Amino acid sequence: MRAAASAIAALLLLVAAAVSAQERPVLPPATPVPETGEQVLAGLSQTNVALTAGFEGLELLVFGAVWRSAPVPEDAEPLQVIVTVEGPPQRLAVWRKARRAGIWMNVEQVRVASAPSFYAVATSGRLAGSLSATEDLRHRVSIPLAIRAFGTLAGAADAPAFTDALIRLRTDAGLYRVAEESVELTRETLFRTTVALPAALTEGEYLVRVLLSRGGQVLDVTETAIAVRKAGLEGWLAALARDQPIAYGLLAVALAVAAGWGASAAFRYLRS
Amino acid sequence: MQIYLPIAEVTANVFVLLGIGGVAGLLSGMFGVGGGFLITPLLLFIGIPPAVAVATGVNQVVASSVSGVLAHFRRRTVDLVMGNVLLAGGLAGAGLGIWVFGLLKRLGQTELLVQLSYVLLLGLIGLLMLQESLRAIARSRRPDAPRRRLHQHLWVHRMPLKMKFRTSGLYISVIPPLMVGALTGVLAAIMGVGGGFLMVPAMIYLLGMPTKVVVGTSLYQITFVAAAATVMHAFTTGAVDIMLAIVLIVGGVVGAQVGTRLGVRLNAEQMRILLAVMVLAVAGRIGLDLVLPPDELYSIVVTGRP
Repeated sequence: MRAAASAIAALLLLVAAAVSAQERPVLPPATPVPETGEQVLAGLSQTNVALTAGFEGLELLVFGAVWRSAPVPEDAEPLQVIVTVEGPPQRLAVWRKARRAGIWMNVEQVRVASAPSFYAVATSGRLAGSLSATEDLRHRVSIPLAIRAFGTLAGAADAPAFTDALIRLRTDAGLYRVAEESVELTRETLFRTTVALPAALTEGEYLVRVLLSRGGQVLDVTETAIAVRKAGLEGWLAALARDQPIAYGLLAVALAVAAGWGASAAFRYLRS
Repeated sequence: MQIYLPIAEVTANVFVLLGIGGVAGLLSGMFGVGGGFLITPLLLFIGIPPAVAVATGVNQVVASSVSGVLAHFRRRTVDLVMGNVLLAGGLAGAGLGIWVFGLLKRLGQTELLVQLSYVLLLGLIGLLMLQESLRAIARSRRPDAPRRRLHQHLWVHRMPLKMKFRTSGLYISVIPPLMVGALTGVLAAIMGVGGGFLMVPAMIYLLGMPTKVVVGTSLYQITFVAAAATVMHAFTTGAVDIMLAIVLIVGGVVGAQVGTRLGVRLNAEQMRILLAVMVLAVAGRIGLDLVLPPDELYSIVVTGRP
């Protein structure tokens, strides 16, 4: 009896340690791929995005097919396709203003360990019906699960209000989006969808995932990445500012001197 | 036409940016003030992050003052000795300002620092300018009014470490010019302005410099302090956006030429009142943002990569 109790306690400790280490609940292993063995093959309209001065955002086309070794059983649940596009993760501080001495200023903050700079979910059906809660947790599909908040400062006890605000602000800015029933699925075999990437994109690797599911259970996942890079003059300037800030500062001064002096010289010449 | 700003990481309309640079240039052409005090608030209004607005504003100041100082060098109206003392103070002040800016940035209070300093300074300057122009108009209506004394002995003349400033014809302590220079250096770093609006009156009334060398000497100090503050910002806050600066400078150059011509035709005193009202309006608008409950209580600051 005591041995069983201590074994259970040890197990609980292990689970607790695992939770704190990974900050995510421990889940039972994924259900094995069913007999029908359905797999997803996906392609993208492009694998590179160049951020230049004239970049005005773009429509990313995600398309593909479902490959299966055996026909779908008559009684099977309908197939669902879920597409996620996830921008490079960022460490954030979410601030909340309050009135101090008659002035509105940032008073409380919640730090967010990791939040994607961009996150879009497109589904063929309703998201809630396409993924069970467990599968959603495992694959971190819905927006709140893509964000990991930790440690609050300055007594912000209501941390969820901060993460809600983060999601709301980024949704308003077009950076976080859930588009249900926006994946076209033809005869449970061919699918396509477009995901709008806004003009203000952060540089980095954008991860595109395609999940197949039936009855809330994920059957297969495939991942590809798009490289979003600042290109041309902008890319060169951003890299210089990051890698050699002094040289970048001197360049800024030199350009300003040349422009200021050059312009006045030009106007003097025009007038004479 | 939208343009992507690589450091600010936002897109902005290029014509709006040209207009902002143009308005600042117009003011500098009409009144000889730098116009930097308008650029930073206007950039804030269109959604440029505060650090970028300040750091890029100070970069633009370099361009707007360099051609002026060259013209003054040709006319020999720069007191180099005084300019270098002011510059020494200015560099120290800019360093201090950058340190304060970086500290408050880490505390998430950049916006508050920029807003508060603008409300206080613009409010003060606007009121002083308004009072001065109203007094000038009153004086011009009463020609028999008493004139200001040309040379006064002030408390600054009793301080130690005296030095000869030949071009200005002064023998005064270096402490007051160092302090004046340091103050403008702090303003350059945390507000992105040249600080001429503060330095010029201080040079005339506090140091007692002859007016013909005041503008050239202040431009000399501003050019170098703004250049140093630009490099310091690039190194510490990484917020200098060269693309943004170039668009602002182009707008400013054109605005300054238009302003110079307009300034000749218009009544200077009435225009000065207009400028004072404009400065007060900008201060009032920023002040309202501080006092009125904001539409959005929450804001997001990217602090790095996980």
